[in-house]
Amino acid sequence: MKQFFEFVKKECFHIFRDRRTLMILFGMPVVLIVLFGFAITNEIRHARIAVLDQSQDVLSHGLVRKITASTYFDLAENLRSEKDIMPAFKKGDVRMVIVIPGGFQRNFIRERKAAVQLLTDASDPNTATTLINYANAILMQYQQEETGMKHLPLTIQPEVRMVYNPTLKSVFLFVPGVMTLILMLVCAMMTSITITREKELGTMEILLVSPLRPLMIIAGKVVPYILLSFVIAIIILALGAGIFGMPLKGSLALLLLACALFCLTALSLGILISSVTNSQQTAMMMSMMGLLLPTILLSGFVFPIESMPLPLRVLSNIIPAKWFIIILKDIMLKGSGLRQIALPMGVLSGMTLFFLVVSLRKFNIRLS
Amino acid sequence: MQPIVVQHISKSYGKVSALRDVSFTVGPGELFGLIGPDGAGKSTLFRILATLVLADKGQAFVNGKDVVKDYRAIRREVGYMPGRFSLYQDLTVEENLRFFATIFNTTVNANYDMIRDIYEQIAPFKDRPAGKLSGGMKQKLALSCALVHRPSVLFLDEPTTGVDPVSRKEFWEMLQRLRQRGIPILVSTPYMDEATLCDRVALIQNGALMRIDTPTAIVEQFSTKVWAFRASDTWRLIRDLRAYPGVESCFAFGEFLHVVMNADPEKVKQDLITEGHTGVAYQPANAGIEDVFMALMRAQTEIS
Repeated sequence: MKQFFEFVKKECFHIFRDRRTLMILFGMPVVLIVLFGFAITNEIRHARIAVLDQSQDVLSHGLVRKITASTYFDLAENLRSEKDIMPAFKKGDVRMVIVIPGGFQRNFIRERKAAVQLLTDASDPNTATTLINYANAILMQYQQEETGMKHLPLTIQPEVRMVYNPTLKSVFLFVPGVMTLILMLVCAMMTSITITREKELGTMEILLVSPLRPLMIIAGKVVPYILLSFVIAIIILALGAGIFGMPLKGSLALLLLACALFCLTALSLGILISSVTNSQQTAMMMSMMGLLLPTILLSGFVFPIESMPLPLRVLSNIIPAKWFIIILKDIMLKGSGLRQIALPMGVLSGMTLFFLVVSLRKFNIRLS
Repeated sequence: MQPIVVQHISKSYGKVSALRDVSFTVGPGELFGLIGPDGAGKSTLFRILATLVLADKGQAFVNGKDVVKDYRAIRREVGYMPGRFSLYQDLTVEENLRFFATIFNTTVNANYDMIRDIYEQIAPFKDRPAGKLSGGMKQKLALSCALVHRPSVLFLDEPTTGVDPVSRKEFWEMLQRLRQRGIPILVSTPYMDEATLCDRVALIQNGALMRIDTPTAIVEQFSTKVWAFRASDTWRLIRDLRAYPGVESCFAFGEFLHVVMNADPEKVKQDLITEGHTGVAYQPANAGIEDVFMALMRAQTEIS
């Protein structure tokens, strides 16, 4: 036991004396959370729009007020005729033009049908789609308010062809995603690097020619990283809840348990990587290509799994991150208990056990 | 019981054979040197004995234990210093020493008498990271770490490579003291002058042992006459002598060139002067271990 603690102590010295490692360990989570939370977001705020109101009646004014009252749109200019529309787009800062044809109120009340035209600058299709969605949602809401008030089965029919799933606040998706990404990075990459570093510097040679058992060497190297990654997980959760108002509907204890389990999964992957390579460079490349990319692309973090082709959907099942993101979303957003997340927890445990057994078997008691 | 027994060990990496049918024994308290150039197979042999690499053929025993079957027992008993500096560079001298003491289930204090002579020389720097030590001090620390668990056999793979001459001398003095404690030591070195400090040496080249004997016996058995030549332009002298008919070997030895040849030295001298050399002088030389090594190397190359 004394051997083990000395080993852990030594490992802590490595971590805390290496500025680079420390930067990665603690800088990365903060930077990523801030990047994904603030900068890289598919929410659009304060998009500048122009309005061509040919109706100029109570209802059309109400609609424009309703739209510009939201934080999503800022009214840049009021257009006077259709000829102004294209020049407004060409100036570049107007993203959307709303055209309200004449007789809006009259049509709305008498014919129970009124048209609104939405024109967007689709040179950036994602922004255009998102703007249309926002405008649509506001139009629907306005329509409900007006019809509810007048008890008339009236409809406003926007002429929009693009359809998009109304999204949740994006940060609810990014916090679990970033957390998964960082834990994967810290646990898997750092462990694989720290073990291969011993091989590269030749210290593994001396450790092998000592009474230390392989299990002890690996455990001694990994335990400090388990603690570290757990601390990092808590930092991310705190950032998510504190800055971005990420809700936690389920139990905190269960959430932490799930985090601990995923840390273990990632660590075991890191150990596995280190057992098949001898250089830090390769270990890093393998972690990057083999773990980070699938974690970003195939876990449902960035691209929804449901819309992938079948082979990728099947492949996504072997990505630990997919299961962890499901667990996180279930606990935090849906408030699920242990019973609801039993399947993904079971899958993660199984993977961890498998990786650990394989890497312990592959661990060389000699130099290969 | 002989502490180290090597029987017909062969090992190859792919098509390159690192060791070919190597056999020798090291007796109790013996300081045994493996002398040979880089790439001769010395490190492979050390790794086989330290149970880190499996031989293709042959057997080896350390303290009577088989290096394959009883590797766990051997790992508790040997002190091994790899050819490359293999301590934790970011840990201080003291932390390194304590770490290696603890993983061998002992303490620095319990075995301090074992390392006192060596450790006292680096103790003033005990709070310095090992990576910031000079080459000589690194090796002293590495030796301390290899000794701190009171091993009964020592394997030192090129402990003085990259070390300044003064530290090399000190290092060998330490080895002499360890030998007096009765610890058998297997040490390798590419420096021929260190061979004379061993009880017995094995000359190794291209994975094969060429001769095993005491340093004096090896030199005495060498019958060929060696001449020492010098001239102002040493580099040109080497080139011209190697091209001279009848010259079998010629290599630098301090300020002289040691030459083995079937030619009259006086005539060689005259010819060299004719070729424009200045300050040409020669004298009979005492064959050193280098001369033997060069001769054996040449013989081996001719056979193969």
